[in-house]
Amino acid sequence: MAPPSSRRPGYDRKAQYGLFATYVIAIIGAIVGLLLLIISIADPTGFNALRAAGNEITRPIAASLRALVVGIGNIDEEIAAYIKAGSQNAALRRQVDANRTKLIEADAIRQENIRLKSLLQLTEADSGTVSAGHLISSTASSAARVARLDIGSLRGVQAGMPVRAPEGLVGRVLRVGPNTADVLLLIDEGNVVPVRRISDNIPGISSGRGDGTVEIRALNTERNPFKPGDIVVTSGIGGIYRPNIPVAIVARLDGDRAIAIPLANPGRVELIVVQRPFRPDEAAPRKATPPDEAPADNGSAENASAP
Amino acid sequence: MIRRYDSRIGRRRTWLHLWGTPVLSVMFGSILVPILPIVAQSPFMPPFGLMILIAWRVLRPEIWPLWIGFPLGLFDDVMSGQPIGSAPLIWTLILLALDIEGQRHFWRDYWHGWIIAALALAFAVIADWLIVHMAGQGGRINLVMPQLVLAIGLFPFVVRLCAVLDRWRLP
Repeated sequence: MAPPSSRRPGYDRKAQYGLFATYVIAIIGAIVGLLLLIISIADPTGFNALRAAGNEITRPIAASLRALVVGIGNIDEEIAAYIKAGSQNAALRRQVDANRTKLIEADAIRQENIRLKSLLQLTEADSGTVSAGHLISSTASSAARVARLDIGSLRGVQAGMPVRAPEGLVGRVLRVGPNTADVLLLIDEGNVVPVRRISDNIPGISSGRGDGTVEIRALNTERNPFKPGDIVVTSGIGGIYRPNIPVAIVARLDGDRAIAIPLANPGRVELIVVQRPFRPDEAAPRKATPPDEAPADNGSAENASAP
Repeated sequence: MIRRYDSRIGRRRTWLHLWGTPVLSVMFGSILVPILPIVAQSPFMPPFGLMILIAWRVLRPEIWPLWIGFPLGLFDDVMSGQPIGSAPLIWTLILLALDIEGQRHFWRDYWHGWIIAALALAFAVIADWLIVHMAGQGGRINLVMPQLVLAIGLFPFVVRLCAVLDRWRLP
């Protein structure tokens, strides 16, 4: 089929000028787009008002759909749990018995810890919780791994604050609107987190791979000390994340890197908590801007100088 | 026989009905992904806004003024979470390229439409990845390949959908 052709104006001068004008406007539009793009790459928190307006529009729909889907999404687990109920019951009973003694020991250690800390006059009673909310949607069509929160600046959330779930670390707040916030997830390449192995405090850094996993690299050894099954937690270095938030469990090794799976799967966590930065003055020592700027190089520079 | 079609031809249509339909359908495509309550582990959703834009362009080559890529692209960026400015640039470039292509290749059919749409979508998805990569976020390039395959594979369905809308839209 041949297309109609108003793009061939013939001898009509007015039509010729009109056609020319559309090309000019389109090319100007492309150039303005390029300029906007350069600005927004240079300053990832830019155009905050525009984005916040968009998020506010989609928030009510996404939040109500989310409530619907969380129930449906867990059906498979519920069915599996029902089928395995008998054997699971016995296994859990054994586990509870085993855990009871460990719990008592842990209790004693905690008491001792409090006593020792008070001797050293180290007090960290503040958990730094700002507010709690839900992850309601994400940028599923964009390469950046950003999720949306249903709480924002009206509840005290600010850019750069760490976000965690009961299971572990989720990410860091990127942009904030009145009732929404964008979270750069742990699994994004731009999110670099200083970690340590929980068993022996070997320091490392975790950075996202963009596909639901993170890679852990050791800081000070040539050989990769991590093994599958190792659990890493935040070390508190860098000043953004509080220490001892669970981060990931190592799944396999890939050369000098360890590929790990985050303990808090952002697709499954129901409730998240936004925290204050651990030591804000430490997190942004070189510049006056908040710690969310230039995520990749900021984090790695801090980590490189940390140990 | 003619009476049968009386209710379907020569209907009265407002300006909004005629020209708002394609614009609103593209905006709906842009808004579809951020309202889905999925926290994605990897980019798997195709760029529906752009797919609907190209589908209208394939169905009716005259429908879009060349500058429409800017406002619709800006809306798409605000919704999709891409760096602001990426879609205005990419969508306008695609519309310009399709315009030039339309002047070169006069005759068109089903496969021709699908192939040019596939090329345009591949350009858009890879350029989007590159932009996010330059902003220091995202992941490796092979993570956007499922999205690209899905976008190209679903394109004929989107065209069918736009064709249904087009029948409803026209007088």
